Amino acid sequence: MKILVPVKRVVDYNVKIRVKADGSGVELANIKMSMNPFDEIAVEEALRLKEAGKASEVIAVSIGPVKTDETIRTALAMGADRGIWVKTEEAGIEPLTVAKLLKAIIAAEGPSLVILGKQAIDDDCNQTGQMLAALLGWPQATFASKIVVGEGTVDVTREIDGGLQTLRLALPAVLTTDLRLNEPRYASLPNIMKAKKKPIEEKSAAELGVDVAPRLEILSTSEPSGRTGGIKLASAAELVAHLKTAGVL
Amino acid sequence: MADTLPTLLLAEHDDASLNPVTARALTAALALGAPVHVLVAGENAQAAAQAAARLDGVAEVLLADGPAYAHRLAEPVAALGVALAPAYGALVAPSTAFGKSVMPRIAALIDVMQVSDVIAVIAPDTFDRPIYAGNALQRVRATDATKVLTIRTASFAAAGEGNAAPIRAVADAAPAGGASFLGEEIAASARPDLSAARIIVSGGRALGSAENFHAIVEPLADALGAAVGASRAAVDAGYAPNDWQVGQTGKVVAPDLYVALGISGAIQHLAGMKDSKVIVAINKDEDAPIFQVADYGLVGDLFEIVPALQAEIAKAKA
Repeated sequence: MKILVPVKRVVDYNVKIRVKADGSGVELANIKMSMNPFDEIAVEEALRLKEAGKASEVIAVSIGPVKTDETIRTALAMGADRGIWVKTEEAGIEPLTVAKLLKAIIAAEGPSLVILGKQAIDDDCNQTGQMLAALLGWPQATFASKIVVGEGTVDVTREIDGGLQTLRLALPAVLTTDLRLNEPRYASLPNIMKAKKKPIEEKSAAELGVDVAPRLEILSTSEPSGRTGGIKLASAAELVAHLKTAGVL
Repeated sequence: MADTLPTLLLAEHDDASLNPVTARALTAALALGAPVHVLVAGENAQAAAQAAARLDGVAEVLLADGPAYAHRLAEPVAALGVALAPAYGALVAPSTAFGKSVMPRIAALIDVMQVSDVIAVIAPDTFDRPIYAGNALQRVRATDATKVLTIRTASFAAAGEGNAAPIRAVADAAPAGGASFLGEEIAASARPDLSAARIIVSGGRALGSAENFHAIVEPLADALGAAVGASRAAVDAGYAPNDWQVGQTGKVVAPDLYVALGISGAIQHLAGMKDSKVIVAINKDEDAPIFQVADYGLVGDLFEIVPALQAEIAKAKA
């Protein structure tokens, strides 16, 4: 079975972002970009399934403008077999549009499993996997912390409020990863070299028949009202006195 | 006219009781300006429906009760939402694991781009939401005729109680198969729910072990009648269960009092708690970023300070 893993290029996890002074967005010039961390977990899980003999091929897909292929190349260096790049003019394609583009790719590729990160750490939307599952009419399991592929089914343990839930999904299915599903591997130098020879197929939204016009109009982007540090206290007794005065005890 | 249609709020509940985040999401739903109907989907969920009917401002409760909605799997609940959607101008749910799983499915099927994690309703079509772990706020206008929203409930006060809204049964939507429930491990706890607690005591990596977490964080929480939270580092290290995680990808909380024990204050953690009313940090590293958001800081060994703090609290309450 084929596994499709959509990956997103985002501002690196460790970068402290800055809002542009004119409120038009977040400063992205000369900022380190990386694969969305949840998507790395998705790639890792797909590779482990392939290594366990449960999958035959892992295909990494990304949607975005120039340099998005670098992120696909990262997935290939981790071990994905080939890539598909839906090249767009702009970054920040909305989840609904991404889901439609992925649906069109899935129609051509026929994977049995699609594994996505549960959310991207830039827009924090947490939508794409669920939207894709809906458009395909496939079952979904979000926030996966354990995945066991059986015969025509997959058992998924999910991190939910209050604990864990385990679902059995009929394949084909869509899964989204949570933090503790696995620890993604680093690409080795030989694998980074090998990845340069792996194919990345380019496609356009137009040839996939999807309109990429956004539905949400971004009116402004602003800094959150900051919190200022308070006072350092010397003892637990002092702390309790302050908390009583503040009326929170 | 689309804007005169009522708003449908998807209730968060466990059949027997209504989760308090529902009352908070209701405040956001009411801010849209249209009458609000609450959808309670479950199996033997009459009690949760009755609790929803008591919430102030609810015009009607829709109860979808049956085996199809047992455990509230995303596929059947989304199918129900899609069936009900044409009668509504907006579909709203709290940003819980359940709301996050169901709402995008509904949105996609009615071809609407969802607005996730709304923290303020500016107008019926305009919302503020955090991006980049809350390090920036975005104001967006949703151009789709129907709005689909998830609500960051920590940003809204709970609606009151005293209402007696009518409860109407709704028929099953077409079954949406493909997923079946195998099991659940939900920790039973006498402590308040993390997402609705008035006081939260959280522990970080500095606790050093699950035993220490249990011996230091939990007794302080119990002395304060608080919920227990944890940083990602503490959860990853196995000191605390995953559903205690506070942060960008865990729970976002805004209690009256947040006590951070041995938490350095990574931006992803701050994203989950910086809207708390009063923040206390106890950490041995005086340069830890947590002190930049803390109202009261104690620099020192938490293994000495916490027991002392507990003794002071006991004295104060005596």
